[in-house]
Amino acid sequence: MPDLTAAASAETAPSDAILEARGLFKTLGGNRVLDSVDLSIGRGRVKVLIGPSGAGKSTLLQCLNFLMPPDSGHILLEGREVDKRSKKELCAFRQQVGMIFQDFNLFDHLSALENVRVALIKVKGLSKLEATERAVAELARVGLKDKATLYPANLSGGQKQRVAIARALAMDPKVMLLDEPTSALDPELIGEVLAVIRDLAQGGMTMIMATHQISFSASLADEFLFMDKGRVVEHGSPAELLGRGSSSRTQAFCAKISELTGEAGDGAAGECRL
Amino acid sequence: MSTPYLEFLRAELAPGLMEGLWVSVLVIVPSALLGVLIGLTAGVLRVYGPTPVRKITEAYVSLFRGTPLVVQVFFWYFALPYIKIAGWSLVLDPIEASILAFGMCSGAYQSEYIRGGLNSIKRGQIRAALALGMTTRQAVLNIVLPQAFRRALPGCGNEIIYLIKYSSLASIITVNELTGTATTIAKNTWRNIEVFCTLGVYYLVLVTLAGWILHLIEDALSVPGFERPRT
Amino acid sequence: MDFSVAFNAARDALPYMLGGVVWTAGLIIGAMLLGLALGVPLSVLQVYGPKPVRRAVSLYVWLFRGIPILVQLYIFYFGILSWLSTLPGLTSLGLDSPFVAAVLVLGLTSSAYQSQIFRGAIQSLPPGQLKAARALGMTDAQAIRTIILPQALRLSIPAWSNEYSILLKDSALAFTIGVVEIMARMRAIASTTHEPVSMAFLAGIIFFVLTWVGVKALALLENKVRIAGYTRQGAA
Repeated sequence: MPDLTAAASAETAPSDAILEARGLFKTLGGNRVLDSVDLSIGRGRVKVLIGPSGAGKSTLLQCLNFLMPPDSGHILLEGREVDKRSKKELCAFRQQVGMIFQDFNLFDHLSALENVRVALIKVKGLSKLEATERAVAELARVGLKDKATLYPANLSGGQKQRVAIARALAMDPKVMLLDEPTSALDPELIGEVLAVIRDLAQGGMTMIMATHQISFSASLADEFLFMDKGRVVEHGSPAELLGRGSSSRTQAFCAKISELTGEAGDGAAGECRL
Repeated sequence: MSTPYLEFLRAELAPGLMEGLWVSVLVIVPSALLGVLIGLTAGVLRVYGPTPVRKITEAYVSLFRGTPLVVQVFFWYFALPYIKIAGWSLVLDPIEASILAFGMCSGAYQSEYIRGGLNSIKRGQIRAALALGMTTRQAVLNIVLPQAFRRALPGCGNEIIYLIKYSSLASIITVNELTGTATTIAKNTWRNIEVFCTLGVYYLVLVTLAGWILHLIEDALSVPGFERPRT
Repeated sequence: MDFSVAFNAARDALPYMLGGVVWTAGLIIGAMLLGLALGVPLSVLQVYGPKPVRRAVSLYVWLFRGIPILVQLYIFYFGILSWLSTLPGLTSLGLDSPFVAAVLVLGLTSSAYQSQIFRGAIQSLPPGQLKAARALGMTDAQAIRTIILPQALRLSIPAWSNEYSILLKDSALAFTIGVVEIMARMRAIASTTHEPVSMAFLAGIIFFVLTWVGVKALALLENKVRIAGYTRQGAA
């Protein structure tokens, strides 16, 4: 008997996992894009998904908050399984999981301030005044206080992505999912977004991020998950996977990326030799 | 010779046209409302409806856009009473028939703009709204519709301006609106050029006024990225 | 209602109704050509002309786009043309014919719309085109004729096909002044046969087919004069 309970509690309530996914499967257009993916992330941790395009990174992130419902599998927030059939529960769950998209997806008819504010008012039920105060604070946090009245059409890509981050942060998420947050940006605008993400990580935000910014993410990730063909094929700390003498696929992939992007000189290659 | 134009206008033409104007408004306003309502419904169904419903809506739109409005007016007024279903048939008076004809036709055109407006909103924004915890309903109300409305407004407004002009067709089925009244006055006075040119001025004023109001609304709702296209 | 009766009535009416197609086609072809002949110079004047000329063109466009076709038909047929045809020396010109009035009204209105189509096309051309032509020593008139218009007219064909279907539908209004086109024949035959439903459907089908034929023909034309890689920028 004691054995059973121990096993059960280990199954359902792992000590510090905030978000957990078990056995996710997803088939799109006849292709298996997620093939039995398990993932668990503890409070304050940063996990980075890397791998070739089409590996299923973006699908995994979107399945994690049911923007794309997985064909099968379970998702648990703080040990409680999310019932995706209950609309109410789904909305409550999504409020606690912040999502950052590759192409920002700002609401084009709303100013930066209104973008951050709209869900606070409509979803959280805050008063306009409270919501505005909070939104201004979040915009200040990403360094955009003076751009609050501008509309997406008048913001640069980097500014848009920072507004999107502020919009997600305003909901007080327990975990953030970032889907290639800098891939759609011009090279000179990537830095400002990465700086914000670094601040978040250092502030203890729990994050799962898909990215091709190897050197940057190696410097703040607790764990790299290398995905290929819908599976997590390797995982470990950046040092383990990219360190000297490692013959991991992750290592090979990162080397190829840094060659292509010219990130090599000061960035990835340097840190690939951690 | 007969009375000078200005005297004729003051004593006879303007009072007559004023009565006709009210009838025109009585036809235009409900037709426009009906058109917008039908256009909205059809537009939403064409984008979000299940396939069979979408097909039916498409058929409605191409039927009403592909045939002359005057044929449709004729149908609702003269032909509809001949269609008997279980011994019942619907007989519309001229004003009702005009409103139905204008509304149905206008709705087909309106749905084009609504559909375009809805399609112009990137799916990603809906996903972003859902990711923030909004329900589908909240996302549609707060994110999709305000944008679709702005995108569709110039087209829909133009359609209403067309409707003002085409409301003159009601005179063909004996509605005594602006054009009908003018025709009667012209017949009685034989002052065709003066009567019909004055009538033209009335429509010019109506159409210009409507266009001006439309621009005011567009400018009031304008945000960067949604500006009124300058012509 | 009895479908076989309705069907037979429609079948019997078909030849008579199709006779109206000749008139409808005449109206549309006449109006489109008149609209083209006036629309092209109007658009050039509105883009390149001096300010008073541009103003005048705008006024023209505003007038013809703002007054309903039906009212214009009355102005021209019952008003201006019937008055003109009573003037000495003009009586034998046939100005009081409904067909002439209808072609004139549809054509003038179409010229106002077509001028805006062409204007949009001209303005969408890169400004470098005119500069390059001038640099080669062309006069402005030469540049417009040989460089600008051939490009602008190609870009205008899709909008032209839209203009065609609008004209087709508007042409049905010519029955009000007595042109015996499709709509006029439909009305006449509906009242003699007491089969307005089938006649309305028949007329609808004929208009539908005419729309389709014209749009297809213009698509063929567009293909024929196409230059590889040449599309309007920003066109959906």
